Amino acid sequence: MPRARPRATAVPPETDVLVLGGGPAGTWAALAAAAAGARVTLADKGFCGTSGAAAAGGNNLWYVPPGPGREKAIAAREAAAGGLTERAWMVGILERTWEAVAQLADWGYPFPVTESGEQYRGSLQGPEYLRLMRRRVTRAGVVILDQSPAVELLLAPDGVVAGAAGVRRQEGGRRWELRAGAVVLATGGCAFLSGALGLNVDTGDGALMAAEAGAELSGMEFSCQYGIAPAFGAQTKGLMYQFATFTDADGTEVADSSLGSGNVTVQRAALRGPVYARLDKAPPDLRERMRWSQPNFFLPLDKMGIDPFTERFPVRFVLEGTVRGTGGLRVAGTGCATTVPGLFVAGDAASRELVTGAVTGGGSHNGSWAISSGGWAGAAAARFATEHPRPAVTRPAGEAGIRPRGRGGIRHEEVIATVQEHVLPLARNRFRTENGLRESLSILDSMWQDVVAGLGPDAEGGLRSRQAAAMLAHARWMYTSALARPESRGLQIRDDWPGADPGRAHRIRTGGLDKIWTAA
Amino acid sequence: MIELVSAQRCVSCDKCVRVCPTDVFESGPGGIPVIARQSDCQTCFLCEAYCPVDALYVAPQTHPLPEPADERRLAADGLLGSYRAALGWGHGRTPGAALVPPIPLRHETGGKS
Repeated sequence: MPRARPRATAVPPETDVLVLGGGPAGTWAALAAAAAGARVTLADKGFCGTSGAAAAGGNNLWYVPPGPGREKAIAAREAAAGGLTERAWMVGILERTWEAVAQLADWGYPFPVTESGEQYRGSLQGPEYLRLMRRRVTRAGVVILDQSPAVELLLAPDGVVAGAAGVRRQEGGRRWELRAGAVVLATGGCAFLSGALGLNVDTGDGALMAAEAGAELSGMEFSCQYGIAPAFGAQTKGLMYQFATFTDADGTEVADSSLGSGNVTVQRAALRGPVYARLDKAPPDLRERMRWSQPNFFLPLDKMGIDPFTERFPVRFVLEGTVRGTGGLRVAGTGCATTVPGLFVAGDAASRELVTGAVTGGGSHNGSWAISSGGWAGAAAARFATEHPRPAVTRPAGEAGIRPRGRGGIRHEEVIATVQEHVLPLARNRFRTENGLRESLSILDSMWQDVVAGLGPDAEGGLRSRQAAAMLAHARWMYTSALARPESRGLQIRDDWPGADPGRAHRIRTGGLDKIWTAA
Repeated sequence: MIELVSAQRCVSCDKCVRVCPTDVFESGPGGIPVIARQSDCQTCFLCEAYCPVDALYVAPQTHPLPEPADERRLAADGLLGSYRAALGWGHGRTPGAALVPPIPLRHETGGKS
């Protein structure tokens, strides 16, 4: 006899703060808004607890105890970050991460204990962390709408963000609309459905919605982070490859680590042909511990019957886009306000240049940024919702992929295939040239015209057509910004402009949809 | 990709339907969930972690397997529920997160060994 199935939570008639996205940034935002006394609703595209980049993997944090170590940590990141960070934000994030991790410990997160008998608190295991966050969010009285992707924002007549609308995808794509006093976008970055671990929910939907309301982005040229995975699989977990020897088809060694500059060396080798890895530099006494520390790195290899310490296996590079790049919506003020009133941003949906500059925030900074920006955005959104009167009427702001301006028969599958052809290959996106960028942009810009004219909502109420439009917009912001930075800095490698130009140690803003602009 | 929902093990709780981040499953007519959109599976293994009876198998490959999964063999090889076990989820288990501190970077182990 089958058990009764749980019914989906109903959409409330209105809310004070609406959080879009239920990963670390969204859950910390929801907790902060609820703590400030706001009624909070959190809508996730998938399931709050499994959705997003953090849930599927491990999360190292930028976690440094108070004291002189913090100054050293900040100085080290400043030296690596290409001059684009802001010290006040870095100080704040180290402080906030320290507090938040103490809260996690109080809530019962099972931190491991080191040989010296102390808890090791610098890293969180994804499934455990997000399961706990969901519990805390539920306990705080937040209404969670799972499987309810947002597709567009609702705007007041004066342009203030006043809610969002989306679809209940397990109810035949039925539309939901929710008026709110403020909205926090915690929808993640854009990884272009590349298949990187856990990242296929991250299609940049939030930035598209925000751009339609007039929001600015920043750092979109730093969008070319690639993860390394076994060629057959999706496990883009790079940590263990610090113990790897990489070889080409002939068995010739191409690099002996994926850390530091080794990564780019291996990527260049991958342009020429297949590359293999073997973790033969892992000290034997560490191997058992490696297995326990990252079970899902070894799981697929075990399932395939591969012993990665003794056998070499083929690897590939999978685009992680702005998820582990640094670009995103520009943070325009304290409280993680965007440039649009009523709209706040947290986590990978935001530009992380303030704390990680031109280099990847993967591997610790992003995790701490999600915690901190989530908390700040949630609190600021709650304040905004209290201080601003609610509009009598709102209008839905979505266009591309949901409200075509004309006729036409372009399909979302076709848009996605074209975008992927131009952003996924290392040869186009990792190693950029002016000619390559211009060639891609001419095709992508022209496709945008077709999309706004003729891409209507798909059978799931616009979820997939909006994802296609968001990916296309991201590709164009990325490459337009990459052209505006004729130099190699941090993540961006311009093969036609090797080396950094000291005159360009500044951030590049971008925005617009029909016409994309950039500005220093 | 998700390859197997074991009708023998499944207790029809529909948890996999609820928790899949990419909405791969649908409730099935006889209470056994069906794999409705396999091509949307992102091989994140999280459904395996949440299944209370180890009824699911996600193959490591990001493309569908040519042959249907052999449930008996998978069970014999200990591959049903292996991720849940590694996470230490389930009654009477110790959370895997608590067991071993994360491994240090290579420079912390004294360089090349």
